[in-house]
Amino acid sequence: MSYEGTFRVWRGDAEGGDLEDYRVEVHDGEVVLDILHRLQATQTPDLAVRWNCKAGKCGSCSAEINGKPRLMCMTRMSVFEPDEVVTVTPMRTFPVIRDLVTDVSFNYAKAREVPSFTPPPDLAPGEYRMAQEDVSRSQEFRKCIECFLCQNTCHVVRDHEENKQAYAGPRYLMRIAELEMHPLDVADRVPAAQDEHGLGLCNITKCCTDVCPEGIKITDNALIPMKERVADRRYDPLVWLGRTISRRRA
Amino acid sequence: MADIERHDYDVLVIGAGGAGLRAAIEARERGLRTAIVCKSLFGKAHTVMAEGGCAAAMGNVAAKDSWQVHFRDTMRGGKFLNNWRMAEVHAKEAPDRVWELETWGALFDRTPDGRISQRNFGGHTYPRLAHVGDRTGLELLRTMQQRIVALQQADHAETGDYEARLRVFAECTVTELLTDDAGAIAGAFGYWRESGRFVLFSAPAVVLATGGIGKSFKVTSNSWEYTGDGHALAMRAGADLIDMEFVQFHPTGMVWPPSVKGILVTEGVRGDGGVLKDADGRRFMFDYVPDVFKGQYAQTEDEADRWYTDQENNLRTPDLLPRDEVARAINTEVKEGRGSPHGGVFLDIASRMPAEEIKRRLPSMYHQFKELADVDITAEQMEVGPTCHYVMGGVAVDPDTGQSTVTGLFAAGECAGGMHGSNRLGGNSLSDLLVFGRRAGLGAAEYVTGLVERPAIREADVDAAARMAVAPFDPPAPGDAGENPYTLHAELQQMMNDLVGIIRTEAEMAEALERLQGLRARLRHVVVEGHRQYNPGWHLALDLRNMLMVSEAVATSALTRTESRGGHTRDDHPVLDPEWRHRVLVSRCVRDDPDGGPVVPRVSVVLSERVPMRPDLLALFDIEELGKYYTPAELAGHPQGGAA
Repeated sequence: MSYEGTFRVWRGDAEGGDLEDYRVEVHDGEVVLDILHRLQATQTPDLAVRWNCKAGKCGSCSAEINGKPRLMCMTRMSVFEPDEVVTVTPMRTFPVIRDLVTDVSFNYAKAREVPSFTPPPDLAPGEYRMAQEDVSRSQEFRKCIECFLCQNTCHVVRDHEENKQAYAGPRYLMRIAELEMHPLDVADRVPAAQDEHGLGLCNITKCCTDVCPEGIKITDNALIPMKERVADRRYDPLVWLGRTISRRRA
Repeated sequence: MADIERHDYDVLVIGAGGAGLRAAIEARERGLRTAIVCKSLFGKAHTVMAEGGCAAAMGNVAAKDSWQVHFRDTMRGGKFLNNWRMAEVHAKEAPDRVWELETWGALFDRTPDGRISQRNFGGHTYPRLAHVGDRTGLELLRTMQQRIVALQQADHAETGDYEARLRVFAECTVTELLTDDAGAIAGAFGYWRESGRFVLFSAPAVVLATGGIGKSFKVTSNSWEYTGDGHALAMRAGADLIDMEFVQFHPTGMVWPPSVKGILVTEGVRGDGGVLKDADGRRFMFDYVPDVFKGQYAQTEDEADRWYTDQENNLRTPDLLPRDEVARAINTEVKEGRGSPHGGVFLDIASRMPAEEIKRRLPSMYHQFKELADVDITAEQMEVGPTCHYVMGGVAVDPDTGQSTVTGLFAAGECAGGMHGSNRLGGNSLSDLLVFGRRAGLGAAEYVTGLVERPAIREADVDAAARMAVAPFDPPAPGDAGENPYTLHAELQQMMNDLVGIIRTEAEMAEALERLQGLRARLRHVVVEGHRQYNPGWHLALDLRNMLMVSEAVATSALTRTESRGGHTRDDHPVLDPEWRHRVLVSRCVRDDPDGGPVVPRVSVVLSERVPMRPDLLALFDIEELGKYYTPAELAGHPQGGAA
């Protein structure tokens, strides 16, 4: 089965741009990325689209389809009616380079600010012993394909350029949670999560979880537990008392 | 040329997949200033698509496993064509490379006693693959990406600059390697994909880690990056490629819907109990155990099923034969009319284990079929068929240092040749890129450290590379419409699929070579629209240079080898021939062929001899088994007193 679909694709660059209408053939079983490839091959050879695996595993082809942040390779055309206009725009939180391609360097900068895995000093390679139950928690977060859709959708930085400096975003707050929950990591990132990476700016609206193509429960399993760890440290009256006393003695 | 961005490094790594990152980590840890150039964003490389696992004889699940058993399995899988020294180094070093990843933060699935769990895979005697569900490649790549960040953090702490010793040039494509007057590597020329601006790297050592060639075929599990760049760059720089006729068709790719045809279905499905069935529900693999593997695989379904729980007393299921055997079997089943509705066969895991267990062990497969094909693999059978997956051939390298036949040029991972012989075992790719990525990084570091004088780039080469890169923007000659790069690519893919695919004949390959000649001529007239900023049509036009060159190497080698073995099946020469075992086909660039020229130079293929296996390694095999592969004369020195 095939039909001619109507697509509106944002074309332009950092200077500006606009939505342009195209009529493109759509075949049974196709995804949005297939349509953009057909556009390139038949009508717009210079249409800029970032993609790589076309199998939902690399997280390159993030965009907004009818306003919703999604992977183009995992959005099947069958979810739209044949007469429905499908609008494809670049991710809004990051600066446009050209057409659907955005500058995602914000994310790589944030990645560098999180202290890396810190191995236990007394274990040699091959001596690591961890229970499956214990690694499962961090393994969920390591399913992340770094598509940056959570970063794009998070209202703390979406349309709030001024927060970008102070806020790592869901992906990298989750990275902190992943390392904190790693059974053998010996570093402490709890105070920094709040003070340097902006954990407190997150108000758990779960938008990140909603758009995650891997179905990772970012809010419930990473961000809220991190907030709890911060609260335990900062606001638990017994911990506060103990810390105050020991500080006085010192 | 003034408008070229220039950089100076000790080691330049091309490719940011597993092999490239591991090489870069090693070079940086040895104190060298290292750059990584990659066509995609950092962390997106094809390695993320590796699913099943990383083979390493750690013996965590089967205590009897050892490097010798892994070595034997690898040589058998490659039908004894493998560079035996590479197979030896690989089997010995793989466990250390896996354990090292844990110290960088990798989280593999665990055994009940807390060690790294290992799963079964085709061709491996014991459960040997370290894995993380069915997303092992992502775990490896992310771990090394994060290791690079950790090294950059250390450099930042020391110098205030994250990129003082290790920098990633993402979305940057290298179009040409540059050599000095003596032919030694001096650097590389490329362009930023984002802006189209040129960039020149001066570096005495280049490590190629560009992966494979699958994008020359229509049905493939490979991503767009797999355009054979490293293979072609190496040849144009004067290096030899070997074994280019051996292309692995993975037996299980998705076959429906058409837009996802070729996407990989991990061998882990079969490793964990899934079985192949024909249209009548028959487990057909029992009919396809070839002579060389007789006695190593179960003959009945009962025994095969018992093997999953009792591997001591039973033989494994033939569903887990090496990939070339399974792919050919599926091909035959479909051809003889016993296939599934969309031209594949059935892969059944639904009837073999509870739904929850399937979702836990194979989450990506569950997700992939649900999202892309509306198939619930916990309730229904999958439809699968062969897909172009991996090239065994590649740059000829020194097994210990990874250096090619060009001074200063190193290669590792899929773009290097030799390790896998005529057919790679599943799981041996992730371990290959760790072991030989490190070796190449080390080899490059030692080479650079020992240099007295750095090879100098010839400016004329830079000018020529710049002219070549922008040639597709030249307006077509009057009366000439100009060729569309997308059309040329589609024609190449269809042609390679039809004529140089899983089953080959002399007539079809001769036709393929003729068609390639036509495509070479047409590529000279390619015209792209728009400007240089993030222009995919232009990028494809430049990648096509490499694809056409590599396709000629594959087709010519395949035409020359008149036998069937591993990833090379000749309908007109169906038998494995011991006289071909000791021969190796070497592909080289021909400079002055009238049909070639600078856009796509011609490739010649010459016959050479393989180095005989070291006697102590040969002695690891029973003489009876070796007799199936070797000529009697080659076995004269075997301790079991080879037949004269």
